[in-house]
Amino acid sequence: MRSQKKMRLIREIILYSVLTLFSVIFLVPLFWMISTSLKPESQVMTVPVQWLPKPPQWRNYIDAVKAFPFFRYFWNTSFLAILNVVGTLFSASLVAYSFSKLRWKGRNQLFYITIATMFIPSQVLIIPTYLIFSKLGWINTYLPLVVPAFCGGGAFNIFLLRQFFVSIPDELLEAARIDGASEFRIYSQIVLPLSKPVLFTVSIFTLLFSWNDFFGPLLYLHDPSKWTLAVGLRSFQQQYTTTWNLLMAASTLTALPLIIIYFIFQKSITSGFALSGSGK
Amino acid sequence: MPEESKRSFWKRKSVIGYLFAAPWIIGLVCFILGPIVASFFLSFTTYDGINPPKWIGFMNYKILFTLDPSFLKALGNTFYYMFGSVFLKVLLGLILAVLLNNAGKFMGIFRTIFFLPVVLPAVPVMFLWMMLFNPTNGLINQFLGIFGINGPLWLNSPTWSKPAIILMSLWGIGGIIVIFLAGLQGIPTELYEAAELDGANKIQLFWKITVPMLRPVIFFNVVTGLIGASQVFAEAYIMTGGGPLESTTFVNLMIYKLAFKDVQMGYASAISVVMFLILVPLTIVLFRIYRRQAEF
Repeated sequence: MRSQKKMRLIREIILYSVLTLFSVIFLVPLFWMISTSLKPESQVMTVPVQWLPKPPQWRNYIDAVKAFPFFRYFWNTSFLAILNVVGTLFSASLVAYSFSKLRWKGRNQLFYITIATMFIPSQVLIIPTYLIFSKLGWINTYLPLVVPAFCGGGAFNIFLLRQFFVSIPDELLEAARIDGASEFRIYSQIVLPLSKPVLFTVSIFTLLFSWNDFFGPLLYLHDPSKWTLAVGLRSFQQQYTTTWNLLMAASTLTALPLIIIYFIFQKSITSGFALSGSGK
Repeated sequence: MPEESKRSFWKRKSVIGYLFAAPWIIGLVCFILGPIVASFFLSFTTYDGINPPKWIGFMNYKILFTLDPSFLKALGNTFYYMFGSVFLKVLLGLILAVLLNNAGKFMGIFRTIFFLPVVLPAVPVMFLWMMLFNPTNGLINQFLGIFGINGPLWLNSPTWSKPAIILMSLWGIGGIIVIFLAGLQGIPTELYEAAELDGANKIQLFWKITVPMLRPVIFFNVVTGLIGASQVFAEAYIMTGGGPLESTTFVNLMIYKLAFKDVQMGYASAISVVMFLILVPLTIVLFRIYRRQAEF
């Protein structure tokens, strides 16, 4: 009995040491980013390692946002993210309602096609999509980065919402239909309010995706005043190749909104991730 | 309801259905189905984006496979990254998820830490890792130096550039961990209890119960991981520019450079079509998995 207890204790010690070790490995890069962002230039990239800035140089943050149009890019990025969330919420939920609660010819076939496109290797779409936007005269505008969100918001979001809507009992809707409510009314006043958690998950994912997008803005936005943080940071890095402390300050500021969102909404982000990724 | 008005009732219903689905029907045609067809068409042409595309049959494909060693190199680089990163991510993700699942009341804290890098924006993360990988002053090689190991040149070495990018991708393993955790929590505990009564040890439990029960989740993660990793682009564009010696020229970087820098859109389309055809079996597999759970 005693040896069993001892075995258990040893096992727990090993378990928690391994997990703690990995936690440290996972946290060190982030710590390094913040630490570097506060260092004077002479303490960046030194041998031996200078772990903490001495003294912390908060001025780096002011210098960083002055060195490139940080606030402009911050606003552009937020603006695009908000439009993407609004567009996706509205159009993906309409389409998902149609796929789950309305009957029409070809519906199931179209839904199968939708599923098939969820994991389409997107390489094959890049060039023609660019050409379409170019023919429309949309290059160097926000339209290529926004309009797709209003056109269904992506197969995956439609799928996620549709699966949730299916679980809402039809009787609820039938009662409203008998009372003469229009489909749009049923959708907006019954189905949407019942779907707040999944709508929230879709919003967060869309926000993260839009905020982190690099390829889209790189391809479509040529005028520096229209850039987002991702593209703007890239050009900042090319101009100030050696000032890692300022670059890390700007990087920390770019990451900060997402870190804050993560800590506030952690539960729905991780559970949404598990839901969307398990194939269940 | 008389037959006639019943039919018109359903017709009206149908119209409403189409109306609700209209945004997606437009999006599907304009941004997915249309572009796929167009890519196939363009791949048989030479096209500079300005003058009309000129039909040249299979010429682009012939050049790709016989005259352009950089394409096969890019394909090899991409496969290296796909399989390397997915294999390590799934393996390490599974191990960490199993450990987390046993962490009791501390599980939440560890999960928070492991998932945090997933939400960080890609571009800042790449700058950060460029610092960490610095051969002389970087944290990683200074750490290896403690053990007397002379660390590699990482991003500056043709041999180590891809492993470096793979290593960086492991930082984003939190997504897979969370998915595995959900899968683990779905395994009935009675299975473990019964096996333990039969005298199985922890390692046997892992191989005989955990892995078989998680097989669908593992499979799913491998397939989605491969498709996702095939799109590796920003890492090379920002951290290495495709070098050194083309060692990080991945297919998507090659497509980007050819289509938008050299405006050889026909040739670039041929590359995208080849990649598409290689990956389509994986897409079909995922389609089958999803269709099963979407029964009407």
